[in-house]
Amino acid sequence: MKKIMETSHAIAEAVKLCDPKVISAFPITPQTHIVEKLADMVADGDLDAEYLNVESEHSAISACVGAQAAGVRTYTATASQGLALMHEILFIASGMRLPMVMTIANRALSGPLNIWNDWSDSIASRDSGWLQLYCETAQEALDTTIQAYKIAENEKVLLPVMVCVDGFILSHVYEPVDIPKKTDVKKFLPDYAGPIMDFDKPITQGTWAGPEEYQGFKKMQQDAMTNALKVIQDTNKDFAEQFDRSYGNGLIELFNMKDAKYAVISMGSVCGTIKHVMEKNNIKDVGLIRIKSYRPFPVKELQKSLKNIQSAAVLEKDISLGSAGALMADVKCASNMPMTNIISGLGGRDITEKMVLESFEYARNIKEGLIWL
Amino acid sequence: MEKLSIGGKTSRKTSDVKTGSWRTFKPIIDKKKCKGCGECIKVCPEAGMGMHEKEGQILAEINYDYCKGCMLCSSACPFNAIKAKKEKK
Repeated sequence: MKKIMETSHAIAEAVKLCDPKVISAFPITPQTHIVEKLADMVADGDLDAEYLNVESEHSAISACVGAQAAGVRTYTATASQGLALMHEILFIASGMRLPMVMTIANRALSGPLNIWNDWSDSIASRDSGWLQLYCETAQEALDTTIQAYKIAENEKVLLPVMVCVDGFILSHVYEPVDIPKKTDVKKFLPDYAGPIMDFDKPITQGTWAGPEEYQGFKKMQQDAMTNALKVIQDTNKDFAEQFDRSYGNGLIELFNMKDAKYAVISMGSVCGTIKHVMEKNNIKDVGLIRIKSYRPFPVKELQKSLKNIQSAAVLEKDISLGSAGALMADVKCASNMPMTNIISGLGGRDITEKMVLESFEYARNIKEGLIWL
Repeated sequence: MEKLSIGGKTSRKTSDVKTGSWRTFKPIIDKKKCKGCGECIKVCPEAGMGMHEKEGQILAEINYDYCKGCMLCSSACPFNAIKAKKEKK
C-alpha cells in the first residue's frame, strides 16, 4: 500500500525495516527529520535498538564504528558541517572494512554559511573509501537504504555506504511511497551475520600498518570497490525480482537515450526535473544519463551509454575549486568526448526548467571552461 | 608481501611487531667501560635495555629486535660506554 510521506520519514521506515541494533546521531539540518523519526520509533518500542545521544557528529560516527566492529548493524545520518566533522573517521570506518550505512541529506558547506542543498559535503568525502549512491525520489531513497545494507555487507565488498539525498529538495518533499513488508525485507536482507566480539578470542581491529603493509590495505579497498560495481547491479536485480522496482542497472540510469545524439549527465533529484523538461518539451535529440553510483564510478557502463553520443553536458551541484566540477573530472576520465561543464544549484540555487533547457543547448553546442547557470 | 587480513583484523601481539629495522644508528655497548649501573634502563623508551650477568659481571644488554636507535641510552650513560654506529642497509 502506498502512503504519502516525507522522504526523511520514508528513509526512517527503511532503516527500521533493516533492524539496526545501534543508532547514533547528532541533529543537523536538513537531516534531522530522519533521526528524529527513528528516536520516536525507539521510544515507542517499535524499533529494538540502542539509540545513543552523543555530543557531536565525530562521536556519532565513532560510536557506530565501535558498535559495528563489535558485531551489530548500525545507522547514522548527517549533512554538511556534520559530515565535515566526521571526515577523519570516514577513512577509519572504510579502512576497518565496516559495512556501515549512513544517509547524507546533501547540503552546502560553510562559508558563507548556507543550509540549502548542493553536493559539496559528500563530494568532499568522495576519496574516503565509502560507496556513494545518489537518489532521485523518495521511493528510491527508501529502496536504496535497504539495498545499501545488502551491498555493504556482501563479503566481496565490506565497505561502508553513503546514501545521498538532496537536502530539502528531496529530504523534505512529500511523495507517495510503497513501504515493503517486514517479512519480505527479511528475505532480501537477512539478520546481520558479521563477526561478533569474542572475549575468548580477542583480536585487534583498526590496527596500525607500516610502510610494508599500508599500501596493500588500500589496494584491497580499491579491489572491493571494483567488486562493488557488480554487487550493486546484482542487488538492484534481486531487489527488482522481489519488489518489482529497479533503478537503471543500479549504477547508472538512462532516460530518453534511444534516439539521442546528445546527453546531459547528472546525479540526484535534479534528474527528475530534467526528465520532466524532456517529456514536456518533447525533446528527442538529448538524453539523460543519471549517475546513481558515484563511488564506485561506473566507467564501463558510462562508456557504453555514450557510444552513439556526439557531445554532452555535465550538470552538477559542486565545484572542486581550482579545477572543475568533480563529476566532470570523473566523466572525463571515462571519455574524451567534447563536453560542457555546467555548475549550478550551489547553496540551494533553484535549477529551473529554463536552465535545464539551456543545459540541453550546452550539450548540443560545447563551450570551453565552466558555465555557471 | 604476506597475505593481509580484511580490515587489518589481527590477533598478533604488539611484541610480534619488530621495530629494529627502523634504526639509522645502532647503539654498541663497550663491555670494558660498562659498570652495570642501570641508568640506560631508566631512559629506554622501548623497554629494550636489560641487565645480563656474564662471568660474574653485570652488564647492560640491548634487544636489537625492538631498539629504534634513539641513542638516549648513550646520552644517559655516565661512563660513556655506549657508542653510535651507522646501520648498514
